[in-house]
Amino acid sequence: MAAPPVLPKLVGQRVKRREDPRLIQGGATYVDDIKIAGMQHLAFRRSDVAHGRIRSIDTSAAQAMDGVEAVFTGAQIAEFLAPMPIGTPFPSPVHRAVAVDMVRYAGEPVAVVVASDRYVARDAADAIGVDYETLPVVVDPELAMTGKPTVIHPDFPNNLAVALVSSGTGVDAKGHVDDSTIDKAFAGADVVISQRMINQRLVPNAMEPRGVVAHYEPAKESMTIWSSTQNPHILRSMIAAMNGLGQDQVRAIAPEVGGGFGAKINIYAEEYVAAAISKRLGIPVKWIEDRSEAFVATTHGRDVIGYVDMAAKRDGKVLGLKLRLIADVGGYNMLLTAAIPTLTMLMASATYDIPAIRTTLTEVFTNKTPTDAYRGAGRPEATYFVERAMDMLARELNMDPADVRRRNFIKPNQFPFTTQMGAVYDSGDYDKALDLALKAADWKRLKAERDAARAEGRLVGLGLAMYVEVCGVGPSATLPTGGWEHSQVTVERDGRISATTGASPHGQGNETTFAQMLADQFGVPLEHVTILHGDTSVVKQGIGTFGSRSQAVGGTALHMAGGKVKAKMAKFAAALLEAHQDDLVFENGTIVVKGSPASAKKFADVAAYAYIPVPLPEGLEPGLSEEAFFEPSNNTYPFGCHISMLEIDRETGEPTLLKLVAVDDAGNLINPLIVEGQIHGGLAQGIGQAMIEEAVYNEDGQLVTGSFMDYALPRAADFPRFELHATVTPTPVNPLGAKGVGEAGTLGSTPSIVCAAVDALSEFGVKHIDMMLRPEKLWRIIHGGRA
Amino acid sequence: MGLTREEGHIAHVSITVNGRVRKANVEPRMLLVHFLREQLNLTGTHVGCDTSQCGACTVLVDGRSAKACTIFAVQADLSEVVTIEGLAKGGHLHPLQEGFWVEHGLQCGYCTPGMIMSSVNLLSDNPRPTEREIREGIAGNVCRCTGYQHIVNAIQYAANKR
Repeated sequence: MAAPPVLPKLVGQRVKRREDPRLIQGGATYVDDIKIAGMQHLAFRRSDVAHGRIRSIDTSAAQAMDGVEAVFTGAQIAEFLAPMPIGTPFPSPVHRAVAVDMVRYAGEPVAVVVASDRYVARDAADAIGVDYETLPVVVDPELAMTGKPTVIHPDFPNNLAVALVSSGTGVDAKGHVDDSTIDKAFAGADVVISQRMINQRLVPNAMEPRGVVAHYEPAKESMTIWSSTQNPHILRSMIAAMNGLGQDQVRAIAPEVGGGFGAKINIYAEEYVAAAISKRLGIPVKWIEDRSEAFVATTHGRDVIGYVDMAAKRDGKVLGLKLRLIADVGGYNMLLTAAIPTLTMLMASATYDIPAIRTTLTEVFTNKTPTDAYRGAGRPEATYFVERAMDMLARELNMDPADVRRRNFIKPNQFPFTTQMGAVYDSGDYDKALDLALKAADWKRLKAERDAARAEGRLVGLGLAMYVEVCGVGPSATLPTGGWEHSQVTVERDGRISATTGASPHGQGNETTFAQMLADQFGVPLEHVTILHGDTSVVKQGIGTFGSRSQAVGGTALHMAGGKVKAKMAKFAAALLEAHQDDLVFENGTIVVKGSPASAKKFADVAAYAYIPVPLPEGLEPGLSEEAFFEPSNNTYPFGCHISMLEIDRETGEPTLLKLVAVDDAGNLINPLIVEGQIHGGLAQGIGQAMIEEAVYNEDGQLVTGSFMDYALPRAADFPRFELHATVTPTPVNPLGAKGVGEAGTLGSTPSIVCAAVDALSEFGVKHIDMMLRPEKLWRIIHGGRA
Repeated sequence: MGLTREEGHIAHVSITVNGRVRKANVEPRMLLVHFLREQLNLTGTHVGCDTSQCGACTVLVDGRSAKACTIFAVQADLSEVVTIEGLAKGGHLHPLQEGFWVEHGLQCGYCTPGMIMSSVNLLSDNPRPTEREIREGIAGNVCRCTGYQHIVNAIQYAANKR
């Protein structure tokens, strides 16, 4: 046969995404785009008050409306739906999907309407009368810890969701605490930095609000549920368990999902309620979240107060770190709520070899929307607290912020490195990332520019932050679901390839990156590969997408399954070519004996033979389809360095981000274009936290930043052009050497900007500024008031 | 904006959508975005908020970008509406669609149709915008995935193609 066209290797290339044609032409299918004959619409009546006893609910007007099929109060829902399960081992109060008797945050569902269309459903929900006996409200976690002015859950005295838990140096597996080492570290210090810092509450705000369609078919005894979720397999498990069904009877589908950022990991009340109502009434139902609902009904992120004490020698060597965390978890525990702040404890050593670390954690109920994972989930908090303290130390010692960090780095020859928090960092080269960042930003020139600007009376500051995060989540021991990922790769009869992945994407571009990998592995064109995801009837097993795990864990499962199919296909080819399977090369759409190009068999012909195997080679079954589960031996620990330059208007206090340079090391990259997009998005959210985003509650427990008019979601003009650079330190944890990158941008950017703001205002003697950088707050510092 | 002819609680509208005249009976309170999505099954136009802030629902009404969640279907009576589904012509992507694809101007894709329709308006007003003008020109559209940099690149790509 004629020489086939040479196919370029695709891994490592900036391949444009295969998802995009449908998304740029309006051809994608999100949950709200799904219609089923006979489908009814749900609308929730939500609590207006943050804390109260439900005296009565009057649903008569709603029930009398044309088009209303049914109305359920919380008590009625409770007759056929058990309390919401959680995914952490911590004790947890009873949490009803729809409140019974008590409401504990504004926005908690109190009744649900089933109606013929969404307008009627909303009208009917509004027509429900609810009478509350209002109770005292607490929104300040440090006040809530005193048990005043109210106790939200009677079985949790002083509102302690998790009473003081200790971790780190001197704390054994049973929780016994020995203070001698940490005390000695502080006793030997020349300088101790102490600061209370607030890592404020944020609203995730994926552009697609949540939504669900549930369709129980009584005659088939089966449930299909479409949801805007990051993890359809977890949804399937939970929906099955809550509805008395087997997992084989539930099909969960994550169709096109419009962003998640951690907030679509949870299995929410609305999903349980939609499924349970569909089963009870035997009809398909749809619920689509309004943005106003999303602000109060979808979990929030962060909201942690950190008391940081850092002990150091005069040369900048850190001897010890104490980090006391108070996490405001809101009104209830959701799926992973209680576990998120433990990741802050785990990452308290940051990029530093700190010989003694003690962290403590208290989680507190307040009358607010529950918190849970939000991009970074616990690691941005750790990075922020430690990096801010490191910066304060540099300022105290009059050292360059880069030098004080470098003085404390874990060195390349120390990996794998076990921190005092028990994290085993896989690989790293922090000097390299710092060096590149300083060079790329031209740190010396930036300092000169800053000083020149100051000489003109401008308030310009520079900030630098290192980060390391825990990604590629993770070994099964670390997750209640198990931490593996699954893939099945099939070479079809015509030589095309279809592959499933349990890593269910919502913007990450797995259909492209995973196809790049298989195209290279099999030597076939990218266009011949289709990646299937998001439907549990197609994707046999899976965990889902969170913790920057798609590539490191899901990609590795795909690579393993591909390897199994390839090995089998080589046996079929070996029979056809009368060659040894180890001598075969898959390239350019052919399978060829090494060094003998004339021998080439078309890839498609070998595939066809495998499905009509006459004669069937000895020891082989027909067909080319193999699956793999990948269980990682450890998490991965990507890292980097972010540098910011910020100017603050002396007259108005308004900050402007002038420059952001990011060096990120995510190990080996499959598609640098997609990686850049992931970093950009993370930076935008990290910068948003530092500068403009904050979920603000008033004393009555009302979210006053409850819409896009009040909550400052970053716009295009809020950012300069980001400058991205990479170092590459592969992980030994998986054969791809990929670490994960989805959350990276949120790690270093946030502290680097606050460090820059403090630097800009250093002439006023300010040592720390809590986020976000509200102009009024900065103006007060400039004009002699207090922050 | 045309006249509406109400009969009781139902109004008749005749709206040209992507070049095709669509006549329908609608509730006067029906939003244009729901008319497009629910009645015409043109689900490329998305709803991302309920306060006219996010721009996911942006379409062209008589050639100008408009947020379809802020207009009642009856207000669009006798108008000409173009949605994301009507942008590609004769099997060829619009330069902005191409730009968003080539420059990776989207991730989850939810804001993308509105972002593209806004950009159509931006480039028709200002065919050679500076980066600053682009960033300010899409102030009515929110993206939570991309950090906007690749969106800016995508719009520049389209501007350079014209």
